Parts: sequence; C-alpha cells; structure tokens
Amino acid sequence: MTLLLIYIAVFALSFFVVRKLLRGAMQRRDFTSLKTVTFGDESAVRPDRWASVISVVTIFLLWGAFTGSHWVPIHAPGPFVGDTQFTYTLEAPDGARDDATVYARVFKVGEAVEEPEIEPGDGFAKNDAITVGAWRSELLLMDKNDEAKRSEGAKIVAIDGQPAGPGDTVKVADGEVAITSKGSLNFSPAKGMQMEPIWLPAPEAVVARVGEIASQGYQNFTLWEHLYWSLFRVIVGFFFGALVGIPLGYAMGLSDWFRGWFDPIVEFMRPVPPLALIPLVIIWAGIGESGKIILLFLAALWIMTISARAGVSGVAISKVHAAYSLGASKWQLMRHVIMPNSLPEIFTGARVAMGVCWGTVVAAELVAAEKGAGMMIMVASRFQLTDIVIMGIILIGIIGYGIDILMRKAEKWLVPWKGRV
Amino acid sequence: MSTLSIENISMRFDLPGGGHVQALKDVTLELQSGELLSVLGPSGCGKTTLLNILAGFLAPTEGRIMLDDHQVKGPDAERGMVFQQGALFEWMSVRDNVSFGPRMAGRSKADYTDSVNHLLEVVGLKDFKDKAVYELSGGMQQRVALARCLANDPDVILMDEPLGALDALTREKMQGLVLKLWKETGKTIILITHSVEEALLLGERLLVMAPRPGRIHKEYRLPFADEGVGKDLREVKKNPEFGQKREEILSMIWDMEEEIMGRTEETA
Repeated sequence: MTLLLIYIAVFALSFFVVRKLLRGAMQRRDFTSLKTVTFGDESAVRPDRWASVISVVTIFLLWGAFTGSHWVPIHAPGPFVGDTQFTYTLEAPDGARDDATVYARVFKVGEAVEEPEIEPGDGFAKNDAITVGAWRSELLLMDKNDEAKRSEGAKIVAIDGQPAGPGDTVKVADGEVAITSKGSLNFSPAKGMQMEPIWLPAPEAVVARVGEIASQGYQNFTLWEHLYWSLFRVIVGFFFGALVGIPLGYAMGLSDWFRGWFDPIVEFMRPVPPLALIPLVIIWAGIGESGKIILLFLAALWIMTISARAGVSGVAISKVHAAYSLGASKWQLMRHVIMPNSLPEIFTGARVAMGVCWGTVVAAELVAAEKGAGMMIMVASRFQLTDIVIMGIILIGIIGYGIDILMRKAEKWLVPWKGRV
Repeated sequence: MSTLSIENISMRFDLPGGGHVQALKDVTLELQSGELLSVLGPSGCGKTTLLNILAGFLAPTEGRIMLDDHQVKGPDAERGMVFQQGALFEWMSVRDNVSFGPRMAGRSKADYTDSVNHLLEVVGLKDFKDKAVYELSGGMQQRVALARCLANDPDVILMDEPLGALDALTREKMQGLVLKLWKETGKTIILITHSVEEALLLGERLLVMAPRPGRIHKEYRLPFADEGVGKDLREVKKNPEFGQKREEILSMIWDMEEEIMGRTEETA
C-alpha cells in the first residue's frame, strides 16, 4: 500500500518537474508540436522519453530501496537489528506478582550471534535472554527459569505493564510480543518495510547470480545453455509451424475444397490455448525435445495458417485482375502478387506466433524439462532461490522483447510499403 | 488489324431472394482497330459490367465477344486494363511494375528494357523509375498504370474510370496524355467515365447507356478527340459545338436519372 502511494507520488512529482523545468529546453520544433488539439488526436500523442527513463529508474530505485540494496542511497526502514528488551509480569498461583525482563538480541540471519549475558534478577520471576533472527520470531518459555511454573498455575498477566492474557498481542519497544494460547511468549522484532531476500532479493544479489550461473551453471547447464535451449525450441517450433501453416493458409485462401476441409479444424484449434495441449503432448511425446517442438509447432501453426489466409483474402481484386490482364499465369499470380501482398499479414501473424511460442516454451519448461529458462526458474523456486527466479524472469522478458524488436525490424525491411498504401 | 465485336451481350444476375437484375440487355457494338470509344451513363447502367465482360473477368449470360477471329473467354494480355486506383504492385519499383507484362511473358531483359524506358519517358516518369510506387502521387501512379498496360502491347485497352480519383488539374493533364498515347500507339481504347466533359474530349465515339436494363441509348461520333491531340484541351472546350453537345448529353442523363427516381418513388 505504502509502495503504491510512493509510486503514484513519484509519477505525479516527476510529471510536474519535467513539465515545468524541462519543457522549454526540450521543445520539439516539428509539425506535431504546432498542433493545438492534442487531447483526442492519437497521432499527436508521442511517448515522452523522459517519462520512460524515469519510469524504469523508479522501478529499480524502489526495488533497491525496499530490499536494502547497497546501490541505492535511500532505503525504506529495515527490520530491527540489535539489542532490545521488554518485561513481563508473572502471577503466581497465590496471587503474588513479579516482573522479569527479557533481553532480546536480534541478528541478521546467517550471521553468528551470542545470547546476551544477563543477571537473573530478584523475585520469583527471573530475567531471560533470547536471540531472534531479523524478520523471524522466537518462542520463549519464560518460566523455565522462573520459580513459579505455568504447570503449577502461574500465568502472565501483563507485558511492559500492559495487561494481557493468552491470545493477546502487545506492542513493545522494537517489535511485538504475543502470548500463545498455552501462555508462553512469542517475540517478533519489528520487520520494517524492507522485503526479506527470500521474497525479493536486492538487485546486486540478482546481478551476482547472473555472473555465477553464467560461469558455473545451474542444474548441470550454464545460463546460456538454458536460454539457448529455450530459444532453439521456439525457433524450430515456429519454423515448422510457419513451413506448414503458410502454405496451408494460402491453400485455404485459394481453394474451396481446402477452405471447406480445414475450416472446422482451424476454427476449432485456434481458441485452444497451447498450454492446454501440454498434458497431451507429454503423454504422446514425453518431456524431451520432440514433445516441446511439437507443442510449439502446434502453437505457431494455427496462427500462421490464419494470417496467411487473411493475407490472401486481403489482396485487392483489382490487383488480381490487373495481373491476369497483363498475362500472368496462376503460378505467376501466386508468386508475384499474392505472396508479396500477403507479407504484411504474415509478419503480423509471425510476431504474434513468436510471442505465443516464447510464452508457451517457458510454460512447458515449467511443467517438465531437463533444461531451459522455464525449468531453471521452476527448480530455483522449489529451493526458494528467489534471486535465480527474478533473474530468469528478467531474462525471459528481455529475450521476448528482443524477439519482437527483431521481427519489427525485419518487417520494416521486407515490407516497407506496410501502412503506406 | 483487330476488330472487337460485342454480339448481343446480355447479363442477368439472379438475386438470392428470388428475382433477378438485368444488368445488360442485347448490347451489340463493333469497334475498329484504333478507335477510341468513351462510355457514359448514369450509375447502374451496366458500363462496368460491360467492361468486365470485355476484359474476360465475367462471362455473359448471352451473346459473345469476338476479338478478330477468336472468342473472348477470360483475361488475356491482348486486352490491357487500367483501373481507377492504379492497382499497382507496391512491392515492385516503378520500373518493375511497368515491365511486369513482358516479364510474365518470359521475355528477356534485353528485349524489353528499351521499350520500358521509352514508355517511362513518354509518361514523364523517367526520373522516377527506381522509386517505390507508394512514394508517388495519385496522378503519377495512374501514369505508371498506363505505361504498365502499354508495355504489354495489347490490342485493346480497357479503362475503368482511370482518371476518376484524380484532382481536376491533374485530370486535365492526364486527359491530354491519354489522347497523346492513343494517337501515338494507335490502340483501340474503351474508356468508361462519369464525366460528360471527359467522355466528349476523349471519345472519338461516345456511347450513352441507359439503365434498367443496361442498354445502349445513343451513340455519337465526335471530332473533339482528334482536334484535341497535342492541343490545350481548354481550347477544345471553348468550341460552341462542344458546349452544345455537353448540354444535350447532360440533359439526356438527367432525364434518365429522373425517370429512375420517379420509378423508385412509384414502387415505394
């Protein structure tokens, strides 16, 4: 909640700062900048690159600030670490009361720690010493050293002077103390607002993991091998999907019989998410390479078929007539008119198919695989290696984004007339 | 030389809900080689249907089209077509668009390069031959379409409102170009248009068609096309005879339109 409010605050604040301070210096002098009507004119809305930069930086700053990163100067309040104390009041069966102090030493998990040295104190309730890991809690059987035991009817009636009974939770100096239903104490030091590394590791831990896994590997394969295998499956699956799908789509766009024969199949298979095919593919082909590639082939096939079919039906009839009037044969029409004319549609389909394939391969590897990006993060999550999981997600995102950029570049190069006709 | 004869063409479309549309009824016409015929008529008079039949995209329900001694049965390189919107191939350069016909016929590059270059020069696109067609203006695209059609050296050129989408000034220039190409190449040209002026300017023969059923209403033989070759077409328009013919045809078409309106109102 706090995080969301901070995020919104940064969003609003940077908006005003950039608008007020930088607008004058950044003024673009092109035609669009002269438009007075921009609200509602989609073509006049261009992404503000300052906003993009600040947006990405903000995410990293918040990530660092809430994980106690060394890379970020400001931090959200961390968990309490150090010595603290609280008192409890024990009531003996005869009604007599005595206070005792609990000295707690909160340490960072993973570091060596010694119990604080204490005086037992006077009265029948004796002082106690405990150690607690930050973000953890510790059960304290406080009456072990007391002269009045719970088994004899003694019970706690107050913490730090505040009356409390079993089931109650009392705030103390650096955390809170709960009284369990059986009457013992459970001390949880203040957690602060930072995330524990097991939930979200600091950015430097993730980067360190990249280096480590890139050189030493994880689960018998290096990072690059995991990513390579995922990419390899996507490319091979997509390639065969396109190899079969595009001619099939052309055939469906050009022949009544093909259209009629494959329409029900394509229309039925299209809405089936490829993920739903994973169990069947595992039954048929196992969890090896062939299973993955069959799955990705099926994921790409229908998309490519439909886009090729749409590409054929998108040919203006006047172009077909023109080609025939110029003496083209059916094959020449196919080669010189229909195929190039359908390229824009096929590229759109290919971009979608690549995205779907990349998502499907990761999901398929999550289910079962010997290697691959999805398998890497799945296994890491079983061992609570959150830094590997985060690293894997970031790399999967980067590769997916990279694939899309490459496809768009290829499209611009091969289909320069798209959107200009 | 080639004679194009249209013999008793009728065209009937059956409607899905029963009934039918008589798009053309008993159209008969003979065109000698090198004649320039413009076809005019209110919408729904079947002029585009007639052109599609001539091109071979549609088969008539009755009658036949003969080009010299053989019957037209489908599209062929002997009958070139120019469309309202260029119907150019965006993935090819201007030059590749123009040389499309010769290339499809399997002619060698050395064989067609000269004629393609010559045609590009005639239509004034010599400096644009390596450009992509989507970089050209509408008028230039129509010039490419004309050159592409001529590169194939067809016997008959069919034009379906080739200048309809152009602005008035470009249109005037293009009308001059069409006349020039007609005279230089001596092709038989059939040109469909909405504009009475254009039909008068470009038609050596002018056919006015009437709708429902589509049929030939009246035919004119005009001197203006010959007069206009190589001249400023505005001068031709100043000819009093031109103005008189224009008024005559305009009122003829107005009457037809009104008759249609009246008939529709009666049925409504």
